[in-house]
Amino acid sequence: MSKLVEMTGIEKYFPGVHALKNVQFDIAPGEVHALMGENGAGKSTLMKILSGIYQRDGGDLVINGQSVSPTTPGEAQDLGIGIIHQELSLMNDLTAAQNIFIGREPRKSFGRLDEAALNAQTAEIFESMNLDMDPTVPVGSLTIAKQQMVEIAKALSFRSKVLIMDEPTAALNDAEIAELFVIIRGLKAEGVGIVYISHKMDELKQIADRVTVMRDGEYVGTVGAAETPISQIIAMMVGREVNEEPLEVPDLGDAEVSLKVTGLNRGRDIQNVSFSVQRGEILGFAGLMGAGRTEVARAIFGADARDGGVIEVHGQSVNIRTPSDAVKAGIGYLSEDRKHFGLATGMNVRDNIALSSLDLFSKGGQLDEAAMASTTQEFIRRLGIRTPSDTQEVRLLSGGNQQKVVIAKWLLRDCDILIFDEPTRGIDIGAKSEIYKLLEELAAEGKTIIVISSELPEIMRLSHRIAVMCEGRLTGILPGGKDTTQEDIMQLATQREAAMRVVETVQ
Amino acid sequence: MTSVTDVNEKSPLANMGSSGAYQKLLAFASLIALLIGFSIASPNFMQTSNMIAILQATSVNGVLAVAATLVIITGGIDLSVGTLMTFCAVIAGVVLTYMGMPLLLGVAAAIGAGALCGLVSGTFVAKMKIPPFIATLGMMLILKGLSLVISGTRPIYFNDTPGFDQISRGSLIGKVIPSLPIPNGVLILFIVAIAAAYILSRTVLGRYTFALGSNEEAVRLSGVNTDVWKMRIYALAGGICGIGGILIASRLNSAQPALGLGYELEAIAAVVIGGTSLSGGRGTILGTIIGALIMAVLTNGLRVLSVAQEWQTVVTGAIIILAVYADMVRRKKSG
Repeated sequence: MSKLVEMTGIEKYFPGVHALKNVQFDIAPGEVHALMGENGAGKSTLMKILSGIYQRDGGDLVINGQSVSPTTPGEAQDLGIGIIHQELSLMNDLTAAQNIFIGREPRKSFGRLDEAALNAQTAEIFESMNLDMDPTVPVGSLTIAKQQMVEIAKALSFRSKVLIMDEPTAALNDAEIAELFVIIRGLKAEGVGIVYISHKMDELKQIADRVTVMRDGEYVGTVGAAETPISQIIAMMVGREVNEEPLEVPDLGDAEVSLKVTGLNRGRDIQNVSFSVQRGEILGFAGLMGAGRTEVARAIFGADARDGGVIEVHGQSVNIRTPSDAVKAGIGYLSEDRKHFGLATGMNVRDNIALSSLDLFSKGGQLDEAAMASTTQEFIRRLGIRTPSDTQEVRLLSGGNQQKVVIAKWLLRDCDILIFDEPTRGIDIGAKSEIYKLLEELAAEGKTIIVISSELPEIMRLSHRIAVMCEGRLTGILPGGKDTTQEDIMQLATQREAAMRVVETVQ
Repeated sequence: MTSVTDVNEKSPLANMGSSGAYQKLLAFASLIALLIGFSIASPNFMQTSNMIAILQATSVNGVLAVAATLVIITGGIDLSVGTLMTFCAVIAGVVLTYMGMPLLLGVAAAIGAGALCGLVSGTFVAKMKIPPFIATLGMMLILKGLSLVISGTRPIYFNDTPGFDQISRGSLIGKVIPSLPIPNGVLILFIVAIAAAYILSRTVLGRYTFALGSNEEAVRLSGVNTDVWKMRIYALAGGICGIGGILIASRLNSAQPALGLGYELEAIAAVVIGGTSLSGGRGTILGTIIGALIMAVLTNGLRVLSVAQEWQTVVTGAIIILAVYADMVRRKKSG
């Protein structure tokens, strides 16, 4: 049987990064081909090349027997490649039909829209999918699952032969997933080839025919979904060698429990999460994207409201409703998105470090600039922030130095519980180890550190204990150091039904 | 600096021309060019009396523009400055003329009313999360209506309050230097401007004003109670509008309840010409004052040249577009 798509020897470079190295991938008609890999393995980049969003720097892309190089999503669509992004891109106030035919609406004379034809054509597509939906229903009133169906219908309306689905079940419940799988099986029967990107192991067994695994921008291998055990697929995903020496987990003994969270809840995002951290401990939070780790951090910090849960700081229950309550309790949060949530980028280093402590420098509302300058210069020295001066705008600093500015902000505020969300995102390798050292020093000084990271090596490198989340639930807490392998973590991170395996060192 | 460990690779020049500085320079150069141009075109323009008329005309708009600058730097907008000014003037009229209270009490009531209204707008924006444009649009209409209701749609005269008209029209400077009879209104504008500039650059409130406009979410996540600070800024801006109300009432020796609409746009125009970014985070009071002067010089100069009033408006509009376009072009160049 001839392939719909064959990608061979694909290379892609981004400034400073070799994103794809000699990657291969193919799709046959009527199959579901799962593409697996950790965050950053290169799955999305590969699919963006296939769908015309990026251009390859090397290798060959053959569609229907012809070598092609689509340079826009439109060209890829014309070649029969449809993509459904993880974040739906529908216009909520338009109807399903209007969304599907946006930009190519059937017209009557004088540019008038032919709504009747629009709805009729949409109804035809829905019928071919065995989908019972009214074309005139506003998309905003549909459930996420139904909206996904509209996206699929839209892709099919381009007569797509290949459909790329990027984590289609991320926002769906079990019933909705079943509904989606019915549609997918129908498409298979029609001969459509489906690329299925997902992190959920149990889904593979249900829906996929073949599985291709990528790691660090490289092709690892392709196996049959039915006959390959999940443990083997996980091993393929994480199989890189860990070149760090194993972490020495310090014995904290009966050090004070500085933060204790019990029964934290927030809608579907956080479901009954409980854990505690000791003074001087680094607790890592592992999990795949969307597991709810950032949500837990934001809820503890008061950035988002929580539905329930008790937060105790140094043994005292504290009522945290806003970030300013959290800061008063001594909790600081370093967001994964420094630009949007961490820094006032237009302002200088001094102002950013002092941002949450301006009252310390205020004499009757008047700022003592000299004191601010000397304090911030001390932090610049202590943390080794590379900046020409403390009046340099922070947007001109490198990522690592920006991160240090945010750390300085919380140290100045005297926060002793620090939550780092993806502390090294967008930071180059050299600066990473500097940040790691800084975190270890802070823990040794008696600060309590929580690190959220999607990079397993980073979690393994830093954590004294490792909390793992999946779909809003805490699926287990593992010991740090050499006793825990990446496979152990991945097992918990993909464990959909709670079979809690908690290895608590503190009760 | 001893703390410097290593120099960032990026050019330090990138740091020098912070948007405001260049735009201020441009605005200042335009002001000088306008002054020279009009003096050549008409010998009557560069008369001391005409210069003083320009300054006098700037005083009220300038004060309102200073108020608008504070709000705009937070990333908001205040459409109510004009009718709030009128409302405060009417309040002064009620306290002084209707109730016969002493002069200082009337002034305090006007400023207090302004601050209170600003606090109300600030509450709408910060606590109720109504977009500033809508919140202050509502306030603009509410205050216009209230001014008419309170005054019974008739002007309130200050004939019974001796000295009230001297607040704006008298000249303390003229008493000391008789050849330079700069009216008090102008003096007050400069005092307000210097105070506002000081608050912006040297106080906690000022630092949070810029921080809010630069990245409000980051400020909130720094544990700062952003709502409260925002309300304070709107209240301060309201109080400054109260001063504007006193100035205009004093100049006209009456509170004219129908006045006020349109002033907010002139104020915002002055702010924009002065280089303050409507998206917040950047701006200066000096720029705003220069912007207000440009508007006044333009109106006055065109009048001296006997250009029809209708055309004066057209030219003002064109100047605003030009000023902002120049800023955009510069920004694009500097990346």
